[in-house]
Amino acid sequence: MRPLEDVAMRDVFASTASALYEEGKNIVVMDADVSKSTRSAKFAEKHPERFVNVGIAEQNMLSIAAGMAACGMIPLVCSFSMLLSLRALDQIRQQAAYAKNNVKIMAHYGGYSSGPEGPTHHAIEDLGIMRTLPNMKILVPCDAEETEAALRTTVDTPGPVFLRMSRNPVPRVPGKPGKVEFGKGYRLRHGGDLAIIAIGVMVSSALDAAEELAKEGIECQVIAMPSLKPIDVDLIVEAARQTGAVVTAEEHNIYGGLGSAVAEVLVEHAPVPMKRVGIQDQFAESAEFFELLEKYGLSAADIVAACRETLARK
Amino acid sequence: MAEPDQVAFLERQAKTIRCLSLEMIGNAGSGHPGGALSAAEIMSVLYFSILNVDPENPQWKDRDRFVLSKGHGTAAWYAALCEKGYFPRDELKLFRQKGGILQGHPDMTKVPGVEMTAGSLGQGLSAALGMALAGRMQKQSYHVYALLGDGEIQEGQIWEAAMATAHFKVDSLTAILDYNDVQLDGPTHEVMDVAPVAEKWRDFGWEVVECNGHSVPELLAAFAQALAIKGKPCIIVAHTVKGKGVSFMENTCNWHGVIDPSKMPAALQEVEAL
Repeated sequence: MRPLEDVAMRDVFASTASALYEEGKNIVVMDADVSKSTRSAKFAEKHPERFVNVGIAEQNMLSIAAGMAACGMIPLVCSFSMLLSLRALDQIRQQAAYAKNNVKIMAHYGGYSSGPEGPTHHAIEDLGIMRTLPNMKILVPCDAEETEAALRTTVDTPGPVFLRMSRNPVPRVPGKPGKVEFGKGYRLRHGGDLAIIAIGVMVSSALDAAEELAKEGIECQVIAMPSLKPIDVDLIVEAARQTGAVVTAEEHNIYGGLGSAVAEVLVEHAPVPMKRVGIQDQFAESAEFFELLEKYGLSAADIVAACRETLARK
Repeated sequence: MAEPDQVAFLERQAKTIRCLSLEMIGNAGSGHPGGALSAAEIMSVLYFSILNVDPENPQWKDRDRFVLSKGHGTAAWYAALCEKGYFPRDELKLFRQKGGILQGHPDMTKVPGVEMTAGSLGQGLSAALGMALAGRMQKQSYHVYALLGDGEIQEGQIWEAAMATAHFKVDSLTAILDYNDVQLDGPTHEVMDVAPVAEKWRDFGWEVVECNGHSVPELLAAFAQALAIKGKPCIIVAHTVKGKGVSFMENTCNWHGVIDPSKMPAALQEVEAL
């Protein structure tokens, strides 16, 4: 595993939100009693006039945000991803997605990153749920550096956005383009044998896997896909045509997330052998974040194994 | 005291709202007559006396906001908006129909004057609170109104919003409860009693004003009283009759929706004769 960054996505979220407000963006940060966890409390310390804590009432928070957005503000709504995507789903669907309100959902503690809190707090369905909502855009940065770019793009783009972040510092991904665009992925490594398409914390593991396979002369390209929706159809098709084999890697149930999205593109445009690395439709357990990634099939070694299996089917 | 001319005008507008609502619902063959008819005077008083809005400039940023939290009552809202001049009457003919802007439940992206999309109950009061907080943060002085159904306040989110509105000491939001004591499955007090309503809202930190929701003078007085309250929110508990104005629709859950489209012309005749 690559060295971890010094800061976590949530810290970058807080500093970037403050910067955006200071730059004149009409934002308001909201939280539902987890402001110390999401770090929205740091924003609140600097700008209490633009912070609203609604208490433990996520549904109320989302609807309040819709009302604020309807009055020209840009609410950044913070909580744990599983609470936002499940508890407040109806409000998100009706008043953000359908109503096209400019509500920005700050989905903290994505995937397994709440670790020891246990499966009640793991967000393994959030991306799939959000992907089925018309008008909803979804970003998943791969590290803290990319979180700043993702939040800036989120705030600058009208309409509802779901931005999923990880709780803990994650490995820094080298070679990122420095900006995040909706509908755009980017290639971190070139190779003609197979394409690994990854999202979030799995991007760095994909790079590790590609390096491992390169030792045997297998050249994999690695594509990061921070914009899950809209997804970069052209890049996926190009990678499939260049390599003839695709492996996806995501910290999410294998149903509904990146693997599903890539499979949908491939089956319509460029069918090639493919395998999805992800959570195998199961609830996990209490454990540290990286222990969970290891135990539940989300390590670099799992990506390597998936690549070998897929290459054998070419 | 309200001027007699004004009262007569608002009563006429309420009658027009009833007529247009039933025409729309009859034309569509579906909709929610009961909860539209119970809110006719409330809509009339809001749109033709209380709300500071400009149909020529529906996005005017300092306008008052109205949120129909009980989104199924939307026929009455569309009728009021149409009468106010937000869109031509021809549009009403396409209520609930292909190609029209007037969806079965209100859609803010399609209809000028519709401030918030609604339909899934319990969400509108929170959105209205968001609008009021946005006004405070952006230093604007508009007022926000939200119309709730009595069945709707069975939704838990209403009480999240009630708690928060009082907590934030918001006095730029006035809620109106269309207390007709009938919901889809039966009398509200039988399905899931919401009484005592006034006590509940007072316990949540609200001022409560009660009135006859079909009396224009009482509604005007209630709004005047509500708008004078500072430092806390106010709810007007408007005692109403579901299906008001149509003998066979009054006080019954059967006409929450349309059970028999062939009876709609007879319903329209009754309200036209009011």
